[in-house]
Amino acid sequence: MSSTIIEQGTVEKPHSEKNYLNADHTLKSWLLTVDHKRIGILYLISVTFFFFIGAIAAAMIRYELTSPKGILLSSEVYNKTFSAHGIYMVFQFLVVAIPAVLGNFLIPIMIGARDMAFPRLNLLSWYMFITGGALISLSFILGGVDAGWTFYVPLSTLSENQISLCLVGIFITGFSSIFTAVNFVATIHKMRAPGMTWYRLPLFIWSHYATAIVVLLGTPVVAITLFLVVVERGFGFGIFSPELGGDPVLFQHLFWFYSHPAVYIMILPAFGIISEVITCFSRRPIFGYRFIAYSSLAIAFLGFAVWGHHMFISSQSAFQGIVFSIITWVLAIPSAIKMFNWATTMYKGSVHFSTPMLYALGFMGLFLIGGLTGLHLASIDTDIHVTGTYFIVAHFHYVMVGGTILGYLGGIHFWFPKMFGRTYSEFWGRLSAMIVFVGFNLTFFPQFMVGYLGMPRRYHYYYFAPEWQIYHILSTAGSSVLGLGFLMPGIYLTYAIFKGKKAGANPWGAKGLEWEKCASPPVTENFSEPVIVTGSIYDYNPEEDSKLYENEDDSMLSGRGGL
Amino acid sequence: MGWGPFQFNIMPEPASKHAPYYDALFMAITGLAALFTIMVVAMIIFFASKYRRGTKVDRKNILTHHTGLELIWMGVPLVLAFLMFGWSTKNYMSVRTMPKDAVEIFCIGKQWMWHFQHMNGVRENNELHVVVGKPVKITMISQDVIHSLYLPEMRAQYMVVPGRYTELAFTPTKPGRYKILCAMHCGTQHSEMVGQLYVMNPTEYAEWVDKGGNKYKEKPLTIQEAGAQIYNEKGCANCHTGVDNPRAPTLNGIFGKSRRFADGTTAVADREYLREAIKMPHKKLTAGWENTMPVYGGTLTELQVLQLAEYIKTLTPGKGDFERQDMKRSTPGSSGDSSPVDVANKGGSAGNAQFRTSEGRR
Amino acid sequence: MSDHASHKGDGPEVYFQYEDIDQQQESYVVGMWSFLATEVMFFGALFLIYTLYRWKFHDTFFGAHEQLNWKMGGVNTAVLLLSSVFVAFAVHFAQMGKMKIVNLFLAGTLLCAGGFLVIKTFEYGAKFDHHLFPNHSFSYADPEHHESKSFWDEKLPSVLQMEKHEQEGDPKNARLFFSIYFTMTGLHGLHVVIGIIAISSLMILIKIKSSLITDYVPVELVGLYWHFVDLVWIFLYPLFYLIPR
Repeated sequence: MSSTIIEQGTVEKPHSEKNYLNADHTLKSWLLTVDHKRIGILYLISVTFFFFIGAIAAAMIRYELTSPKGILLSSEVYNKTFSAHGIYMVFQFLVVAIPAVLGNFLIPIMIGARDMAFPRLNLLSWYMFITGGALISLSFILGGVDAGWTFYVPLSTLSENQISLCLVGIFITGFSSIFTAVNFVATIHKMRAPGMTWYRLPLFIWSHYATAIVVLLGTPVVAITLFLVVVERGFGFGIFSPELGGDPVLFQHLFWFYSHPAVYIMILPAFGIISEVITCFSRRPIFGYRFIAYSSLAIAFLGFAVWGHHMFISSQSAFQGIVFSIITWVLAIPSAIKMFNWATTMYKGSVHFSTPMLYALGFMGLFLIGGLTGLHLASIDTDIHVTGTYFIVAHFHYVMVGGTILGYLGGIHFWFPKMFGRTYSEFWGRLSAMIVFVGFNLTFFPQFMVGYLGMPRRYHYYYFAPEWQIYHILSTAGSSVLGLGFLMPGIYLTYAIFKGKKAGANPWGAKGLEWEKCASPPVTENFSEPVIVTGSIYDYNPEEDSKLYENEDDSMLSGRGGL
Repeated sequence: MGWGPFQFNIMPEPASKHAPYYDALFMAITGLAALFTIMVVAMIIFFASKYRRGTKVDRKNILTHHTGLELIWMGVPLVLAFLMFGWSTKNYMSVRTMPKDAVEIFCIGKQWMWHFQHMNGVRENNELHVVVGKPVKITMISQDVIHSLYLPEMRAQYMVVPGRYTELAFTPTKPGRYKILCAMHCGTQHSEMVGQLYVMNPTEYAEWVDKGGNKYKEKPLTIQEAGAQIYNEKGCANCHTGVDNPRAPTLNGIFGKSRRFADGTTAVADREYLREAIKMPHKKLTAGWENTMPVYGGTLTELQVLQLAEYIKTLTPGKGDFERQDMKRSTPGSSGDSSPVDVANKGGSAGNAQFRTSEGRR
Repeated sequence: MSDHASHKGDGPEVYFQYEDIDQQQESYVVGMWSFLATEVMFFGALFLIYTLYRWKFHDTFFGAHEQLNWKMGGVNTAVLLLSSVFVAFAVHFAQMGKMKIVNLFLAGTLLCAGGFLVIKTFEYGAKFDHHLFPNHSFSYADPEHHESKSFWDEKLPSVLQMEKHEQEGDPKNARLFFSIYFTMTGLHGLHVVIGIIAISSLMILIKIKSSLITDYVPVELVGLYWHFVDLVWIFLYPLFYLIPR
């Protein structure tokens, strides 16, 4: 396969014209910006920073687990390390990354608007995100938190460490999320360009809309729950305290009522990216547009009804367990629909193996495995043996890393030319996509095995079961490869921002307002002319496209499209 | 499974009545998952290569939607889902229905050890001995935070919660030694809250019970060693630490010395005194302490009382005076000690506090 | 940076991202309702917790609730309802553009809100003095603990004073009742304070004819928020103060 050739600077408007990046170079113009595109870039930088912290924690965990007796860390520090890994990754990266970086950047452009409905609220969201992250970091500097990112009571109400400060940080980050969702809902409802009906919206928009609904309904519940833990620690109010007749399991109900939909907050935006990427690189309208759109909403709503599947053995009644189990099984179906529809989209398409497409294909494989192992957990009997073990750890890493992070990276690689007006080396892009895929599987597949063998999660030592060591060594070896795969885009993309070849408006030959009506990078008000939508956005013609490549060594051909 | 030097397990030994049913369902779901994975991946690979750009294949008449197809691939997985759900629920009901004729055992989970108490009076710390073939029902409660009693080879797990009892039942089918693990993060030494489950055949078990649960001690014990054993098993060190503390006076160095009692009288702490103090502690309260010591009159034989007294005789000041963490009213998680072995002595055993919730924490 | 669209005459200002004033006003209202949905979930979780525990410990909850002063709570309900009426009038006059009258009604709302907080202070003060604040100093149905007098009780006009009730029920569950009581009424009080800040800021901006206020929408948004705060209290009051035996 030859490399996807990216157009070389053939946009009609010359690059000396102002765009959102060079509109003003002062620091103040960045820190006080209300331009949704700049806010997306601010989020990109901060989200990457927090990911990096979480990744270092992961590296420490993996290193420590290569020996049954531990190597460098005491148990107390180890517990704080995995807590940090979970907190940074979940609250400061996964929930935020795609919506706040790509969603903020793209939603107004994709619907034909000049900005979000509430630009100043958007900036406030970012500042709250930074503040939340700063408080969480402060709590770790001052000693850290060892109750895991799940903060189960009574452990979190009794532990003597920086839990209260950390929870205040998470609370603030939660509100940042809520304000972003408010913006999304108002923008998508009210600011679509003339002719942009609901059924002409890109699927990226549908999935972000569904995500915003989940954020609005779920985040306040976890906010109040964590707040109650702070209050119990601070004042001694005993709402979850068994000595007063309170119920520690009630915490779990309230916590998972958000945290299960939270995983849909993490994955639905990735689904949206995959829909866009597969459509573009199969040069085909997506198969089953309405079913995919509706399945996003179905996942969003059904996702609120299954929280108890995290609590099958928590002393809730058998009847409760059975109800949660059946709904969880049913919840597998909308995701299955998407998977089949994406695969069918490639039928009679004209498939290009660009970097974003490789990430999308990798996503499909890994999310498939992750989602299907979720069936072992939906099944209430099999859950009993593997809950609390590495099987669960492997399952959620498959869907969150193999799913969300691959989707995020695919999206970044796809919209990179649009965001920065530059192209990156396809060679390095594809290579790192493949390294990530291989490294990921090597890291997490052994964890399914060691979990089924009975190793509980959050274990520092396992000297009583040295036969588990081989799986951890494999996993750590994989994590080194995975780390390399994540590091590489950090390097070549950063290089490309400053030194990459300039990109045209539509280097991939994609359809959609952001590619067809918008320069790379866009001007501050996004469009130079008013946008009116007259037809379906996915009107590709794969037959014509494929003909262009019948003689593959013809390097003069590039992605068509443009202004 | 495996070959030569490349042996590795894919599952823990199935050692309970439920385990084979569990494994069958697990493998069925895994098979179903593998089937769908292979199907979809094959579809992707096939389409991606056949319809790679530039290939000369038919790309006319693209289908953008097909409701019938969608309904099929919604319907078939839905039917399969209901079938698997039904199978799983059936298994689950059988495992959660507590058998009526089960041997009852009580369990207290605490940071960071397991305490088991048998109906026949035997107490165990971090060990559990059961008979093969007989259903066992464990009723459990936590003394502090949420733990989870996990017996991988039995395919059994359930949470141990403060403030209410939870139950776990299983029927062991193979004699052997298996793991007891805590599978709910409970603080600093969560990964050391590990024990051994011994499944024994009936004769061995009967012998073990006869010896008060000492089967695995090899050489015969001296009377002081026997006393030390009872001292540990009964959890005396729970309250009687190396120094006087709010809960109880120390026993170090008391033998042969004079003691003052709450009613003002004094007496020498001899064997007679010790016997009475163990069997009927309320009769003569040591000055400065409340009547909180449980009565051991019914549960200890005279022989055991003698053994205990001999052991207490050996307690000189400085010996066995570790500080129990909760006596210092510091919270778990703040201990700096991270040595991975000898869990049973860390924090002491639960002793008589079996169903007492943590008091006076704030 | 976002530029403001040029004014068309002296009509309300349309921000640059909007096509026209209608789109702008509708967007703000959609945004506010979305935010209020989150507040419903926020308080909703607390109402759920309350419902679960009241169902489990009804007798003690009944006993504990008798320690609350339903008369003061009732006055607070009336005060908040009146404040909502004022705010509704403020919105009405804002839609007509009569900003001076708007400020008059907003001042009325502020007065009511202030009154609410004053009454709350009397209530909370009495509770602290009677050792009913559910921290380590909590004491309920304790025979060794004699009733303490409270300055906050004595300063009340007699029509608002409560009869003494015996403290019935399990002290532990009573502490649970008061934990939830203080959490919910405390959070609600915090929302009242935020509302006061919002209304005061709005009044100042109107007074100085700030360019941020060019139409009725800011008043409507603050009004929506204030109605929500009132609504939460409408639920809180009967649930805590009026438990049937």
